[in-house]
Amino acid sequence: MSPPPRLSEAEDRQRRAATRNGWLLSAPALVLLFIAASGPLLIVLVYSFLTPGKYGDVSWEFSTSGWVGILFSRDIFDDTLKLADAHLTIFWRSVKLSLLTTAITFALGFPTAWFIATRPPKARALWLFLITIPFWTNLLIRTFAITEIIRNEGILNKVLLAIGVIAAPLRIMNTDTAVLIGMAYVYLPLMVLPLFAAIDRFDMRLLEAGYDLYASRMQVLRHVILPIVRPGIVAGSILVFVPSLGAYVTPRVLGGGKNMMIGNFIELQFGQGRNWPLGAALSIALLIVVMLAMLIYVRAATKEDTPHG
Amino acid sequence: MIKITGTAGPILSVNAAIMARDVTKAFGQGETALKALDNVSCEIRTGEFFTLLGPSGCGKTTLLRLIAGFEMPTAGQILIDGQDVTGQPPNRRAVNTVFQSYALFPHLSVAENVGFGLKMQGRPRAEIAATVREMLALVKLEALAGRRTGQLSGGQQQRVALARALAPRPKVLLLDEPLSALDLKLRKEMQVELKRLQTETGITFVFVTHDQEEALTMSDRIAVMSAGKIQQIGVPREIYTAPVNRFVADFIGETNFIPATAVPGGAKLADGTVLPAEGEGSLLIIRPEQLRLLPAAADGALPATVESVVYFGTDTHVHLALEDGTKLTARVPSPADGHSGHAPGQRIGLGFAPGAARLIRE
Ligand SMILES: Nc1ncnc2c1ncn2[C@@H]1O[C@H](COP(=O)(O)OP(=O)(O)OP(=O)(O)O)[C@@H](O)[C@H]1O
Ligand SMILES: [Mg+2]
Repeated sequence: MSPPPRLSEAEDRQRRAATRNGWLLSAPALVLLFIAASGPLLIVLVYSFLTPGKYGDVSWEFSTSGWVGILFSRDIFDDTLKLADAHLTIFWRSVKLSLLTTAITFALGFPTAWFIATRPPKARALWLFLITIPFWTNLLIRTFAITEIIRNEGILNKVLLAIGVIAAPLRIMNTDTAVLIGMAYVYLPLMVLPLFAAIDRFDMRLLEAGYDLYASRMQVLRHVILPIVRPGIVAGSILVFVPSLGAYVTPRVLGGGKNMMIGNFIELQFGQGRNWPLGAALSIALLIVVMLAMLIYVRAATKEDTPHG
Repeated sequence: MIKITGTAGPILSVNAAIMARDVTKAFGQGETALKALDNVSCEIRTGEFFTLLGPSGCGKTTLLRLIAGFEMPTAGQILIDGQDVTGQPPNRRAVNTVFQSYALFPHLSVAENVGFGLKMQGRPRAEIAATVREMLALVKLEALAGRRTGQLSGGQQQRVALARALAPRPKVLLLDEPLSALDLKLRKEMQVELKRLQTETGITFVFVTHDQEEALTMSDRIAVMSAGKIQQIGVPREIYTAPVNRFVADFIGETNFIPATAVPGGAKLADGTVLPAEGEGSLLIIRPEQLRLLPAAADGALPATVESVVYFGTDTHVHLALEDGTKLTARVPSPADGHSGHAPGQRIGLGFAPGAARLIRE
């Protein structure tokens, strides 16, 4: 056969060359990413199967004690395995606070994102800029700023006392509430930005179509807006939930020593706890659980999306 | 406040699907306010195909949006089926809209789109399913019930939009230039289709277009609008043959305008010729196809000179000048060989078909 196949052959060769060049060009970045991402992970994985050293560190003997230690602790007297209630409490608190953080940031972030997306383009850029400003400051400093507001002699209590709403200062510091306030504050932009992106793409004419077809405001929200901006909701929830679950600075500063979350618990194993394998196993387990949870969540969130009629 | 409904005068009628009473809509405040609608009153009868026709920016969409409830009038009232709905939101009005952009829900299937209105009204599932099937059959889209709307062609989306708006059986269906996004062939098809749907369902259609041919062929009655005002309401024949003013005459079809004065029994032209004409005003109109080209010496003919001849296939346009310089165009059927026998410079006589000339106001 003549011209056409030759042409497509040439095209094919060109395309292959382009692909090859693409790979070659991105190779350094890929290699770096691979080493940077999988290297440390591999080390952590290996460490989780070693025996804890006496003064921290590890001794190079295989052991599953790290993994067992996630859920069980050994009785110091008779060496039997018992379910570690303290660990479960920490896990439960982490999940609870992360879910609540996600819910709060969504409740606050959705109206915010809607507001920004419906401004004229210039104002929109300004609002987005304002939203990202907190990112410019160190997390620790932002968290201490929250302390300044909610501590017993803080701004919030002073104002509430002055206007007579309360008689004694609210004790917020070192409670789950404090952690929640801090995390909601820190992660709010991560919810607002993807929501904004989704709402920005939303065709506002669909609102009129909804009202025209007898939907009330709530029905339009439920049956038109939310399903269409769902990808933004999914992205925002993941961006908030995942780092919340691993949060470390915020619970440490605002929650005090007692209200630990998984992040603090892991840190403890590498510090005072001197149980590096347990810390490593916890890290890997957290990673796996988060990935599974996200997989299930994304599946569930996108499944309803397919038409059935 | 007591409302006395009997005082509306002759405009009140029992079979009006829509009534607009002295409706004004201004956008903006004070000095810069723009009156998109200026004291508009009209009555749309139950079961008719009513068309709003006018040039871009004349307020057609605004009037439709006021009826649908997306905008509130600055002054005046909107009545649907005799009920004052002026303050009511769109979801409480028994009218549905076919949007120019279709505005189909991208997250729903074709069937779910069609069933949306019924679902929001809280109708039982079985009824929704049955109505959706019926509507999809009506617009011939049964085969696509489960598809996403994003995967449909323009014409198919148009049909879904129609079915969706018809499914809740509204008292009135509002259509804002629904065909303007379609290519010519599809457009013609959908014109027939729309007319069929209107006849089959018996629902009152209010149709917006700026295409006069579309308006003339489809409508029971037409309202011609310009600059926020309704210029004339009438059946297509009336709008074409008896326009009330220069704007309507000019906007619908092509027209020759000749300055004239009304005299008993007709109109007197500048050169003193008196032509039989109906109506009153200072402008004589005559449609190009109503002019007869006669020999120069013909009895009672108006002397004119041929300026140019343009062949259009089925007919030929002959551009003429009267002795006082007034330009006219005559449209004559092309003979079999295509040669009309007229040439620039030729002197001829102009004859008028009986009743063709008409006096109107400026
Ligand atoms: N929301 C609005 N704010 C300000 N002015 C508006 C608004 N909507 C319409 N107008 C103005 O009102 C006038 C009438 O607009 P409308 O959309 O009703 O015209 P239309 O007859 O539908 O025109 P087209 O054929 O181009 O669709 C226009 O001058 C328009 O600029
Ligand atoms: Mg319009």
